[in-house]
Amino acid sequence: MNLSNGKGSISTVTSTATMKSGEGSDQFPAGLRVLVVDDDPTCLMILEKMLRTCLYEVTKCNRAETALSLLRENKNGFDIVISDVHMPDMDGFKLLEHIGLEMDLPVIMMSADDGKSVVMKGVTHGACDYLIKPVRIEALKNIWQHVVRKKKNEWKDTEQSGSADEGDRHPKASDDGDYSSSANEGNWRNSRKRRDDEEDGDDRDDSSTLKKPRVVWSVELHQQFVAAVDQLGIDKAVPKKILELMNVPGLTRENVASHLQVSHYYPPCTSETTQKYRLYLRRLSGVSQHNNLNNSFLSPQEASFGTISPMNGLDLQTLAAAGQLPAQSLATLQAAGLGRSTVKPGLSMPLMDQRNLFSFENPRLRFGEGQQQLLSSNKPSNLLHGVPTNMEPKQLANLHQSTQSLGNLNMRVTGSSTQGNPLLMQMAQSQPRGQMLSEITSPRVPRLPNILAQPALSNGISDGLLGRNGIASSSRAPSFNPVSQSSSYLNFPMNQSTEMSVSNFPLGSTPGISSMTNKGSFQPDVNSGIRASAGFPNYDIFNDLHQQKSRDWGMASQGPMYDSSSHANPLHGNIDVSPSVLVQQGYSSSQQPGHNRDPSLIGKSPFSLGEGLDHSNLQNGGQHFNPLIAESSTRVKSERVPDASSQTNLFPDHYGQEDLMSALLKQQEGIVQGENEFDFDGYSLDNIPV
Amino acid sequence: MDRNNSRRQLAAMKQSLFDQGHLDEQFIQLEELQDDANPNFVEEIVTLYYRDSSRLISSLEQTLHFCACGRERNPLDFNKLDTIMHQFKGSSSSIGAKKVKAESTLIREYCRTGNAEGCRKSFQQMKKEYVALRKRLENYFQLVRQAGPMERACRPK
Repeated sequence: MNLSNGKGSISTVTSTATMKSGEGSDQFPAGLRVLVVDDDPTCLMILEKMLRTCLYEVTKCNRAETALSLLRENKNGFDIVISDVHMPDMDGFKLLEHIGLEMDLPVIMMSADDGKSVVMKGVTHGACDYLIKPVRIEALKNIWQHVVRKKKNEWKDTEQSGSADEGDRHPKASDDGDYSSSANEGNWRNSRKRRDDEEDGDDRDDSSTLKKPRVVWSVELHQQFVAAVDQLGIDKAVPKKILELMNVPGLTRENVASHLQVSHYYPPCTSETTQKYRLYLRRLSGVSQHNNLNNSFLSPQEASFGTISPMNGLDLQTLAAAGQLPAQSLATLQAAGLGRSTVKPGLSMPLMDQRNLFSFENPRLRFGEGQQQLLSSNKPSNLLHGVPTNMEPKQLANLHQSTQSLGNLNMRVTGSSTQGNPLLMQMAQSQPRGQMLSEITSPRVPRLPNILAQPALSNGISDGLLGRNGIASSSRAPSFNPVSQSSSYLNFPMNQSTEMSVSNFPLGSTPGISSMTNKGSFQPDVNSGIRASAGFPNYDIFNDLHQQKSRDWGMASQGPMYDSSSHANPLHGNIDVSPSVLVQQGYSSSQQPGHNRDPSLIGKSPFSLGEGLDHSNLQNGGQHFNPLIAESSTRVKSERVPDASSQTNLFPDHYGQEDLMSALLKQQEGIVQGENEFDFDGYSLDNIPV
Repeated sequence: MDRNNSRRQLAAMKQSLFDQGHLDEQFIQLEELQDDANPNFVEEIVTLYYRDSSRLISSLEQTLHFCACGRERNPLDFNKLDTIMHQFKGSSSSIGAKKVKAESTLIREYCRTGNAEGCRKSFQQMKKEYVALRKRLENYFQLVRQAGPMERACRPK
């Protein structure tokens, strides 16, 4: 052995295998995609060998910066990260924070240091485990548990936040309960009621006021809102004052109130900054959603989507009904996020973008709009809110958004079938950020479903939703393969043609999505529902992929609002389609997990539906949308028919999605009526009987 | 050399390395990782370790002012020393270099208490061990190659 001195050359990054999305999930934990970061080449090589022996897919890098860019480039490309604490270019804890914020992957810290303070630091920074060097292979064999746990928790979070919120704020009365918070004024209440009513004409956005034009919470607007809230302080951030500070002509107190609503729900953040941030983002994104969701939550019973409507944009009721939990969690998240003005500007921005998309999309949503008015009318903005909020960093946000939008949509969607759509739509919307999607979906996928579930599309959807969520999913499958999940989501609707798109979806969602094994119980019910759901799956993925994209969904009409650069995520591109996919319910089922990672696919399907939605937005260019739409429309049509059956399958998984989708769809339908680009006719939109 | 003899010799060599506290359990872990795909894994790792840690050693010597120009010219940069030692310790522990690791811990403790002299003395001790281990491992791996691919990891008694 030649032990002469000299610099060894170690490749900076080596990968044991190409990142395959979602492969090997059936042999979980084999195939777990691990990224290991350590500046010590000896340790790095040993770790790589150990991880390979555990049958994991290993990528190693010796610099934190490299690791971060790898992670950023391959959203959903990794399941877990193992990082050394002491590194020359970046502190391990900093890397930990970044990962937590941006990708929300489980991170294991390791060090030769076993001092209590350093271990504590790891814990407080959000590391899911801390290994002392020298690391033994036994310690590595079990790291997959962190991946599973994280996903599970995320799912639960969504549920809990949603439910918690509702529990606190709104009595779970079926009818709207009064939304205790002042912000709610009437909006929620109305929305709840509206949900029941399910009248088309419900535009009762505010119980008290007549139909108001829906407020689109654009990025700028939201920023103003956040700034105002920050200035006032959470405690003093009452709608009236916020409104004054914002000084936006045409904005009403009710608008602000409902937008604010979420923040109140959100429970205090955890100590970890990353969590906080995430929550914040979630909140932001969820705010709008929350609004919608809240409504839905309030009247869980209202499962019938159809009646939803009055919710601000989002048929919270529907959502609530379907997936109460998610909505709540979203709401909670949102509230939390909102409440905390800790949001970094950067983060909020993304949210805003989303929102823009959403709002942008709203007009596009057509059905959404129409529906919305009918549904929630309280706050048109709801729809929007839900969607775009910066989901980027946090997928949750996307979720929220989507949820929200979905909520709205769903509400309108009367009936499970339709409901599914709006939800899905929403979901799609909220997912403008592909990244977020993935993030969210992956681990969090569960969240989405929750929301969707709420609307309780009554048909299998609820089951499906839950199923979809997969998060909790045990039922779903492959824990590891988030991709599959998402795909299932997407696939759902997309079976047919969109398979591709569907798969895209999963991309975004990654792990989270995997839980969604869509097929199944979902029962989309619906063509309308399916559509929504179909789109939905995309949505999920979409969300992950592009949070923004989801926005697009709603915003489809808007066009490229999506500027979030981040969404550029690979998925993003794909996701464009998602909206259509979602819409396309018809696609049902084809979503096989296999598709998971096919962002491109996803985009396709949803697109058809989503066309209205704003596919283009997703891509950031809006333009893209149109072509897609055209495609999708045809697709949609064909899909629709067969879908009904397939959709059902799809839906079960994404039930949650469906709800949102349906909600979205509904809304869109309303909006789109005129447009027909997508060929909505067959779509559930029709079903959205508000 | 007769293969069996080589193996026996190898086993004895390894046993003594363990008995004398030069290597610990981690070395066994490395051996267990060795397989047909990486038949010389342990040797590769050890080679890598010595190559990489040599620069750490130079850096340490520099920081400890082991130069002819005179000591104690400037106060020792204990922080820097500690940082390098941390790295060195991590590396050494990953190949199972038990004594080297123990000395590293000692140096770090001296850094913490600001004991410059203690640092230097410990460092010299550690370096001796570090070099000695290298030699022994070189011999060991040579014998491994001679013994042939049949040699598998076996735990010392």
